[in-house]
Amino acid sequence: MTVAFDYTRSTGPVLGRFFTGLRDATVVGGRLSDGRVAVPPPEYDPISHQAVTEFVELPDTGTVTSWTWVSEPVAGQPFDRPFAYALITIDGADVPWLHAVDVASPDEIETGMKVRARWAEERTGSVTDLVFEGDSVGLDTPSPSGSGGSTSAETLVETNTVEDVTRIVTPVSLDYHYAASPEESSFFRGLAEGRILGQRCPKCQKVYVPPRGACPTDGVPTAEEIELSHVGTVTTFCVVNVPFLGQKIKPPYVSAYVLLDGADIALQHLILDIPADEVRMGMRVKAVWRPRDEWVTSIENISHFAPTDEPDADFDSYKHHL
Amino acid sequence: MSKIPAAVVGIGQTHHRAKREDVSMAGLCREAMDRALEDAGLTLDEVDAIVIGKAPDLFEGVMMPELYLAEALGAAGKPLLRVHTAGSVGGSTAIVASSLVQAGVHKKVLTVAFEKQSESNAMWALSVPIPFVMPVHAGAGGYFAPHVRSYIRRANAPSHIGAIVAAKDRNNALKNPYAHLHNEGTTVESVLASQMLWDPIHYDETCPSSDGACAMVIAAEDVARTYEAPAWIHGTVMRSEPTSAAERDQVNPQAGREAAAALWRATGITDPAREIDCAEIYVPFAWFEPMWLENLGFAAEGTGWKLTEAGETALDGSLPVNMSGGVLSSNPIGASGMLRFAEAALQVRGRAGEHQVDGARRALGHAYGGGSQFFAMWVVGSEPPSN
Repeated sequence: MTVAFDYTRSTGPVLGRFFTGLRDATVVGGRLSDGRVAVPPPEYDPISHQAVTEFVELPDTGTVTSWTWVSEPVAGQPFDRPFAYALITIDGADVPWLHAVDVASPDEIETGMKVRARWAEERTGSVTDLVFEGDSVGLDTPSPSGSGGSTSAETLVETNTVEDVTRIVTPVSLDYHYAASPEESSFFRGLAEGRILGQRCPKCQKVYVPPRGACPTDGVPTAEEIELSHVGTVTTFCVVNVPFLGQKIKPPYVSAYVLLDGADIALQHLILDIPADEVRMGMRVKAVWRPRDEWVTSIENISHFAPTDEPDADFDSYKHHL
Repeated sequence: MSKIPAAVVGIGQTHHRAKREDVSMAGLCREAMDRALEDAGLTLDEVDAIVIGKAPDLFEGVMMPELYLAEALGAAGKPLLRVHTAGSVGGSTAIVASSLVQAGVHKKVLTVAFEKQSESNAMWALSVPIPFVMPVHAGAGGYFAPHVRSYIRRANAPSHIGAIVAAKDRNNALKNPYAHLHNEGTTVESVLASQMLWDPIHYDETCPSSDGACAMVIAAEDVARTYEAPAWIHGTVMRSEPTSAAERDQVNPQAGREAAAALWRATGITDPAREIDCAEIYVPFAWFEPMWLENLGFAAEGTGWKLTEAGETALDGSLPVNMSGGVLSSNPIGASGMLRFAEAALQVRGRAGEHQVDGARRALGHAYGGGSQFFAMWVVGSEPPSN
């Protein structure tokens, strides 16, 4: 499963100034209270704790202070080929900046090496608007791409008409491989066979579904497997009318706690085949399974729960499950 | 060895808004911290340690934000501790900070809690798919709405009680310049007329999504005595319980009941409804006011709604609740618990401005989090603790 979101960062004035600089192909540092210049500028001075307010436009050249070789790049890194990550002290700055250097082999980089920025053609105000490359060719040679820095007055005039960067978007994506416990495996395999399996705590005798592997109350392992009825009671529920990002079921829908007969804890599931405003606490419901050829190892094999013809359960019979 | 008495000597908070796009997370924290330090007449250099709290990292998508925030928080060369107990975190962060003082480890601790909800979407972050659960969940409202329904059934409560709470808290917020929502003219009728989001919860019975931070300076007795109006910490308590267990009471959770009982014992309070002058209770959905009144022992089980209905929890009632406008009016999640604790302290210091309860001498701050599974509370007073 993948959990992904495009986070929207408010930069604040200091990082906003830095990112605006990058968009305009300018390296901006911050002057600290002890006179040092740091790139990127810290939001607050490490000594005086005051907000950093003095900015310095710096050249886009520097010196490698230290480096490491990335022989097997992974997704999201600056290159899809081997490269170096280096601590680069920008000329005129006192604090090194971690960035990527485009060199073909570790033989082509060393501490003390001069590097210069290679700017992207289209810049958004992001640390990925540039990479570094060896500067051995000398300052007279134009950089292979980008504006080559803030030296052109024309560029500055042009970019100054654009608003400052105040917000950046940082996409995050996490891929999970879910490893089911032995108890969950048994539960999921049961679902693939059209069975609902739980486990009984040897101490309190409560039946848990899905099985937990350990009783949350007694802390003892649960081993005895129990096959549960497909019929149960709605203990409580809500009607979800609100749509939201990532929602799997189209609202409005009834999200209910269903206490299966023989279980001591309710399952959360969907109620259908009845108008939402007729669903009741105590209503008796039965599992409605998807067609057998669609069954996989998932709780979603049960499409939903639907009302049975039975009368509602007495409040007293389930009130201790609320 | 007994505890060293400790007190809140500085309080600061941000102006809470849906989007504070003018500041970064660091800037948001510093806005609250700088106000707390100014209130205490201290500089960051004079503080011994920083204790920070915020809700789950998925809310901003920054894993362990305390790492990169350390410098901005002024924590270089000092202990920096992060506390994490879901929605109750603002409360438990304040308790950890006060414990460091009460234990004699530090003299002056700065504690801060924040959330910048505009950087993401909490509804999404609280509804990520879980493999063995049917994807019917729908954020915090979807989680709590069935338990609100259970409360209404168990207590035989009239259906407009939630609306009374919402109208009260939104009107209290009009007196609080820091509150996110300033919705003029909120009435029981207007709340009931608002959209039903998670039946039985109406739109106006839910908390907003806010950017905000709160900070406090907590000092040991000898330092606190040099201040004009410290808020003395009379007792603190935290309790936890599993999210799901067979026959777990989701309406009146055991951990909350036991935490409150322990707090009243520790503070020598035998009749909280009479001895507590006002309470800031974590009420993100309006119905939780009567639910927590019962859980905290202010009312017998099934009768909390009667206090609300009778107006006893209004600003001029016998037990004012959520004078600041509460979570229903400002909800920077990680900071929401600390805002409750800070409001209790403001009240006993007599510095709550227009939402001041006259003569408040002892106040409760309360927070809960997760699936009603983490509880954090404190009692603060205008006089040093006698026990």
